[in-house]
Amino acid sequence: MNVVTDSHLEGTAEHEDHGLSDLGYIKIALLLAVLTGIEVLTYFVDFGVLEVPSLLILMVVKFQIVISYFMHLKFDNKIFSYLFITGLVLAVVVFAAMATSLVFWTDPAGCDAGRFC
Amino acid sequence: MAITEEPPLILEIESGETKPSTGAFARPTNAKGWRAWVFTVDHKKIGIMYGAVAMFWFLWGGIEALLIRSQLLTPNGTVLTAEQYNQIFTMHGTTMVFLVVMPLAAAFANYIVPLQIGARDVAFPRMNALGLWIFVFGGIFLNLSWFLGGGPDGGWFAYAPNTSVTFSPGAGMDFYAMGLQIAGIASLVGAINLIVTIINMRAPGMTLLRMPVFTWMILVVQFLLLFALPVITVALVLLSLDRTFDANFFNVGMGADPLLWQHLFWIFGHPEVYILILPSFGIVSETLPVFSRKPLFGYSVIVISGAAIGFMGWGVWAHHMFASGLGPVSVAAFSATTMFIAVPTGVKILNWIATMWGGKITFTVPMMFSISLVSMFTIGGLSGVMHSVAPADTQQTDTYFIVAHFHYVLFGGALMGLFAGMYYWWPKAFGYKLNDTLGKWHFWIVLVGFNLTFGPMHILGLQGMARRHSRYGPEDGFDFWNLMVSIGAFVILIGMIIFAINIVKTWLGYKAGTIEQSPADPWDGRTLEWSIPSPTPEHNFDYVPVVTDVDDFWHKKYQKDENGKLRKVADGNAIAQLGDQHPHLPSPSYWPIVLASGLPLIALGLIYTLWLTGIGLFVLVAAIYGWSLEPHTDPDAGHGHGDDHDDHDGDHSDNLIDLPKDESTEEAPVG
Amino acid sequence: MKARRRLPLDNATEVNTSQLAYGPTEWDDYDVPPLTTGLSNEKMTMWAFLGSDCLLFASLISTYLLLRNRVGPDTDGSTAAELFDIPFTSVSSFVLLMSSLTMVLAVTSIGRGEIERCKMWLLTTATLGAVFIAGQVYEFTGFYREGLGFTTNISSSAFFTLTGFHGVHVSLGIIMLVTLWSLISRGNIGAERAETVEIIGLYWHFVDIVWIVIFAVVYLIP
Repeated sequence: MNVVTDSHLEGTAEHEDHGLSDLGYIKIALLLAVLTGIEVLTYFVDFGVLEVPSLLILMVVKFQIVISYFMHLKFDNKIFSYLFITGLVLAVVVFAAMATSLVFWTDPAGCDAGRFC
Repeated sequence: MAITEEPPLILEIESGETKPSTGAFARPTNAKGWRAWVFTVDHKKIGIMYGAVAMFWFLWGGIEALLIRSQLLTPNGTVLTAEQYNQIFTMHGTTMVFLVVMPLAAAFANYIVPLQIGARDVAFPRMNALGLWIFVFGGIFLNLSWFLGGGPDGGWFAYAPNTSVTFSPGAGMDFYAMGLQIAGIASLVGAINLIVTIINMRAPGMTLLRMPVFTWMILVVQFLLLFALPVITVALVLLSLDRTFDANFFNVGMGADPLLWQHLFWIFGHPEVYILILPSFGIVSETLPVFSRKPLFGYSVIVISGAAIGFMGWGVWAHHMFASGLGPVSVAAFSATTMFIAVPTGVKILNWIATMWGGKITFTVPMMFSISLVSMFTIGGLSGVMHSVAPADTQQTDTYFIVAHFHYVLFGGALMGLFAGMYYWWPKAFGYKLNDTLGKWHFWIVLVGFNLTFGPMHILGLQGMARRHSRYGPEDGFDFWNLMVSIGAFVILIGMIIFAINIVKTWLGYKAGTIEQSPADPWDGRTLEWSIPSPTPEHNFDYVPVVTDVDDFWHKKYQKDENGKLRKVADGNAIAQLGDQHPHLPSPSYWPIVLASGLPLIALGLIYTLWLTGIGLFVLVAAIYGWSLEPHTDPDAGHGHGDDHDDHDGDHSDNLIDLPKDESTEEAPVG
Repeated sequence: MKARRRLPLDNATEVNTSQLAYGPTEWDDYDVPPLTTGLSNEKMTMWAFLGSDCLLFASLISTYLLLRNRVGPDTDGSTAAELFDIPFTSVSSFVLLMSSLTMVLAVTSIGRGEIERCKMWLLTTATLGAVFIAGQVYEFTGFYREGLGFTTNISSSAFFTLTGFHGVHVSLGIIMLVTLWSLISRGNIGAERAETVEIIGLYWHFVDIVWIVIFAVVYLIP
């Protein structure tokens, strides 16, 4: 029964071998700021039909960036990703299903407060 | 060479008194007496306490059931008023689901899973204790309602706006909403603990696909809990905000949609029923192979279908809402998904039958309960599939046909499985078997009583008897079957009394020495928990087993000879570990129970006076800080047996992570 | 400091030692084998909890989306959306976003053993979080003065509940950051417990990404 001893890995916890440098994180933050700026721009400028899709896409991109880099998921063991993504996907799918059920597929005659539909 | 590590910074201990540690108070050190239980962080004691408290609530939930059946014994019964009836059936359901079946599963999960994966304890022992005490206080809190104005009366599913203050003015629903939030925290905390334990504390060589099926099912259940509990938390919070702070979530005058509650509740509620049944599926997946002396048929298929059930369970919730006005598209979609979920369940049934087929079956009591799960659950599943056909469900819903279905799967399925587990693992936990004869009486009487109680409900349901009605009239024609049902309920009571007698008698007999102590492996088991003494030593394993196979312990006892025939090469009791080592164990702690006590105070305060909430919050926060500042080990702690701390091998580390040493040639655990 | 080693499974190939838990864990003081995956129990716990929290916020956000425009015969007052001050909230959002950056810098600095710098970044993060909360409080009191309270109508109940839950999460995060700062100052947590900072950081970033979703879906999307 062999046992691995890994002497070169003793010592303080280090992230040097994965993750970004401080400068890298600052760049990510700047990117996030720019994206936020574009989001806020939709309030001032009329994007027309593109407004909702761009907001959603920007939201997803920002979400992804923070998770992958700030929360380190890109560099960490996959198990952490599975734990979190399962929850996230379940949340999105289940509640999307609930929303469509409640909003789209109700009584075809329409819904108002006078009747429950 | 065993793994060498720096000796822990823990001071070498002298036997004798404890000096105050760096925590706020000296930690408890008692090995005996009530303190050894109240402050324990040992998963085994915690498991036993979960089980004991759950059985207490089972008694109470059973009394609630008997009250229902007494009321419905005759037409226009007079045992309960309508208001009382509402409270009794609400609490019967709530008690059985949240305070009996879930904690019984938690009892087994806590006790057995670390043993099955070869671990010393769970990942976070104090958090484990926290879950227990929160559950205990949550159950007490919920039932305080009886003394403080009446129990909740909105059904266990608590449909809003029926449960809002306008229609349910008493405090009962507040106790329900907050009591379940408290209990939910317990389950969430336990779920996280077990997930991390199972992923991260398995014995070397135990890959996920070598884990026992019980552990697998528990893992799936913990994920279901992890993701379903937040949804009911939100539902209950919204209800509480409406009731206590005048929010408008379920205020129809303000435009609320009653379907919102139903969706939120059942998005939790459906995974919840899989949470209730999967542990029992896991238990019978353990007992059937042992008592058929055959490996489980299709191990990976059973594991995958268990995971599939857990996963697909998220897509069927609105089948509880077919008659709520969802609209045809939703109804059709959920009808289809519900039919699909019968498939993995059916696969498991077939695999269990195939496991028994051709095996050398011994009809021990756990085996009988296990076989009854397979058959009774199938009956319940068949009625379930009938409900999945939405047009048919429109007739069945809100009738006793549904009551029959869910009792067949929950009592005939989950509870029978849990009884199987009790009889199976009793010797491991307590050191002696329950009496076989009494067990058989228990089994048969309960089986007959159960079928007499819930079988006729199918008929009553299709005859049109409605659920949740406190009485039926003489003109309805329900008299005869209701009489049978009520008689059946009392037959179940007799069976349970016999079970109680069994427990007491064997315990007294064991103490008196007239009942023999069980050896490590009384059933010729297959999994690791049978490779250590009965009752389980406090530290579980002397040394960590190295696993090379599914049912690893079995393979150490039975191997194929040159003709391919299975031969017994060792006796389980001979190769079992001795339990004579004394490793360091996590120290007991006050903080879990202290923290837990803050929660009911907070809740009571929200119902009565915010001063109580303030006190509860203070206790909570103080306990959190006390806990965080408490070192993981009490530097003055002992090795768990109150023995002295001589350095056994002179190397000053007393390190007992004894993986088999390199220089030894054997891999098998040495007796 | 002990490194957790992951054992090879029988006949398995080389042990993957690149992902080791580091720093004291709950089980460090006891006689247990190395952790199966080599990953830290505590970190895994936080990720599991965050996965669970996704469901919590998804329920709240869905509830808000469903209820935000609902009216009934008793409805009074405007919806929350009609009172939003997007420029103001944008600044708040930006502040919270930047607090994520300072949190990351706190983690990297303690990873390098730079204790004082870590403490500085932790305090900065907590301060930015407090600024965010202050902004929320200002915003909500403004709404209240304009007639939109918690109980005013169904839209307002849903709005305040969602943002309130988020605000409570942020506040708990601030408390944890300050506590962490003080434990580091007292010497209870040093470089070998850097993971503790990382784990609190994960919680903080989560609170930030929830806000990313809330800001887009509640405030910006019409």
